[in-house]
Amino acid sequence: MRGSARRGAVVAASVGLALVLAACGGDDDGGDNGSGGEGGGAGEGPTGSVSINSTQPENPLIPTTTNEVGGGNIVDAMWTGLVSYDSETGEPGLAMAESIEPNEDFTQFTITIKDGWTFHDGSPVTAQSFVDAWNFGAAGANAQLNQYFFGPDGANIAGYDAVAGQTDDTGAFVPGSATAETMSGLEVVDETTFTVTLGSPNSLFETIIGYSAFYPMPESFFTDQAAFIEHPIGNGPFEFVEEVPNTSINLRAWEDYPGDPKPQVENIEYRIYADLDAAYADVVANQLDILDKIPPAGLAGDVWKTDLEGRSASEPLTTRFTSLTFPLTNTEAWADPNLRKAISRAIDREAVIAAAYGPGNYVPATSWVPPGNDGYVEGTCGEWCEFDAAAAQELYAQSPGVQGTLLISSNADGGHREWVDAACTSIRDTLGIDCQGDFNPDFGSFRARVNANEITNPFRTGWVADYPSIQNFLAPLYTTNGSANDGGYSNPQFDELIQQAAGLEGQEALDLYNQAEELLAEDMAIIPLWYDNGQRGWSENVNEPQFTWKGYVDPLSISVKN
Amino acid sequence: MGRYVARRLLQMIPVVIGTTLIIYTLVWSLPGDPFAGRCGARPCPPAYVAAMTDKYNLDDFWLVAYFKYLGNLLTGDFGETFQGLSVGEELLRAYPTTAKLALVAIAFEILIGIGAGILAGLRRGSYIDNLVLVSTLVVVSIPVFVIGSVLQLFLGMRWGIFPATVGGDASLYNLILPGFVLASLSLAYVARLTRTSLAENRRADYVRTAVAKGLPQRRVIGVHTMRNSLIPVVTFIGADFGALLGGAIVTEGIFNVPGVGNLIFRSITARDGVMVTGAVTVLVLVFLLVNLLVDLIYGWLDPRISHG
Repeated sequence: MRGSARRGAVVAASVGLALVLAACGGDDDGGDNGSGGEGGGAGEGPTGSVSINSTQPENPLIPTTTNEVGGGNIVDAMWTGLVSYDSETGEPGLAMAESIEPNEDFTQFTITIKDGWTFHDGSPVTAQSFVDAWNFGAAGANAQLNQYFFGPDGANIAGYDAVAGQTDDTGAFVPGSATAETMSGLEVVDETTFTVTLGSPNSLFETIIGYSAFYPMPESFFTDQAAFIEHPIGNGPFEFVEEVPNTSINLRAWEDYPGDPKPQVENIEYRIYADLDAAYADVVANQLDILDKIPPAGLAGDVWKTDLEGRSASEPLTTRFTSLTFPLTNTEAWADPNLRKAISRAIDREAVIAAAYGPGNYVPATSWVPPGNDGYVEGTCGEWCEFDAAAAQELYAQSPGVQGTLLISSNADGGHREWVDAACTSIRDTLGIDCQGDFNPDFGSFRARVNANEITNPFRTGWVADYPSIQNFLAPLYTTNGSANDGGYSNPQFDELIQQAAGLEGQEALDLYNQAEELLAEDMAIIPLWYDNGQRGWSENVNEPQFTWKGYVDPLSISVKN
Repeated sequence: MGRYVARRLLQMIPVVIGTTLIIYTLVWSLPGDPFAGRCGARPCPPAYVAAMTDKYNLDDFWLVAYFKYLGNLLTGDFGETFQGLSVGEELLRAYPTTAKLALVAIAFEILIGIGAGILAGLRRGSYIDNLVLVSTLVVVSIPVFVIGSVLQLFLGMRWGIFPATVGGDASLYNLILPGFVLASLSLAYVARLTRTSLAENRRADYVRTAVAKGLPQRRVIGVHTMRNSLIPVVTFIGADFGALLGGAIVTEGIFNVPGVGNLIFRSITARDGVMVTGAVTVLVLVFLLVNLLVDLIYGWLDPRISHG
């Protein structure tokens, strides 16, 4: 299930530390409620060791090329970015940045970083450390997985195209096509100040740069990458100790960490599990301290609630959204909105969730943005997301109908076969048409078909937000040129609204995003299904840890029991 | 003897080439490009795909790509995983753990398997014989993941007698539970094999002679009968050891043992083709060598089989 394993930014710091940014992206001082966690008192230094479940990182531990959970959690513990997100609310707040000043139309930002910060190896963190790291990440020649965060899909820094290089007609990269090594939009003013010029207005710039792709890199990285990969060096609360591939990655609280809050635990072992069930067994037996996801075997029959009594929790995740997408470019079969609406109203979401995941473990969706995100409005989907057999049949009668069997495509692993089958049952019972799952064995082969635009029937789409913003749930997915627009949905009005919203801020922007959502409801080319809940457990040795807005444990909130 | 070994070693060359060719081709020809799932719901950046395609020679004709791989292999270079780790080093790290687990399993097979087999073989038709037959039948018919999960649930999670999983600390004590689970199936076979072989030999002429010339019972069974009866058992255990060194994906998964099986399983799910091919290549080599060793031991145990 790498689909949902894909990550955006997880917190590196700040449970209500920093100056909470007021809407104008300025430097208004916000409240500082410095929650230190329940455990070990502040000022005594970090104590104890804990273990957290993890998967083997799939890429080198370089922030610009780490995009999955296994590596991402470690990178986030080892680095502090300019901005970090509050664990509970996902609200972005200044972390390593002293201030971020936008110009009037949000096309240029002047960033001042805090003085006196160093990397774990003692070298200073300067404006240059950020600029160099960003140029490295954007350069085509470096082939970094998070490259698109610097381009139009992300921050859209001016001069990105020249650095990133070009693709030919088939979409393949043309080696050596980059004409510059540095983005013209990045300019170092002095040791602690640099300016960023964007290719288009973007009021969300500050939110976006909290993502791990925007972390600073020490000079040593640029001189000896191999040594860096062996022993990564960050500027965050925890420093790298060692990696035993396939077994564990060990971090230690960094004594000289200038940020706030400080780590409360001295050693963290990210223990690698190939099988989540084994991790579950360990946390039940108190041999693993923190488990950030309960496997299906534990959820079945709610066993986990008794196995982990008093040391488990379930919370809605603000970052995940599952939907059913209709392909619109490779077939005419789904062109009629009534047909799409009929199918949506024929799916009894409550019942499908109960059958596939256990009642209440997921939340039926009523919009395209999960609750907890700024700008979430309940029920933007309106009646179209409500199950109603009679209405569905009526709509279906007005449409050309489905030719033959209705297929729903998905990967079969990760618990997806179960819900596809349940949804088909619901559709079959309601509309009286044949419905069947069309499965690929794993996520990779399924995505290969989606990327190649081969699927001509509705298919599963799952999204994990990169950063906490309504924009991230709409722009990449449903704008005409969006990088994750799988169904080929295109509505010029929608594009227009999203573009306008990017140049505005606060409620003004949110209103436009909500208007854009209404267009999605009219078209119903993407059917919202549900939002995820996250279940987690911990051992008797630790106090209840906090989980980030993405649903992974916040390393700064961990403390051992005395 | 020397010539026999040399011939067997030479025979390994086509086997190794054949197996690696099949594995390499199969792994890289899985449907869908291997980078499709690596960037979640978006396609990966074209620059990344281009760099990886180049690094793993995916643009070449498959046979060309294979020979490039084989060429590196001959110089001892197993390649790099997507994460940039050396496949050779990963295998070196995982192998001792798997070997240790295999030894623990073999110890169980010898102690319990041969022990139960001897008891049953000496008293055919007795209560103990029936007990062994029924219990081995039960073990053989239950899939190993059921045995593993159930033992883990009770001995590990509920009663806390053994650690629920092994993790980084592959000490002998931690390996007892997974070792036993891994041995369970073969253990049943060993018991039955020993029993049959022993029962058969007890009626052999040379045993009757030994008894007739007045040797004590202990010597008749302990020396004369046992030595001959154990020949098929030793062969079986030897071949089993070779198989166990191939890693146990299910058992290592349940108990999170960082061995070869676990490594292969993870690499398959991550579609890390280089890792899978490298690991399986080594498995083939190990399996062939262990088999050669078993054949040599066989000749030494039973002089009738000679490798001249």
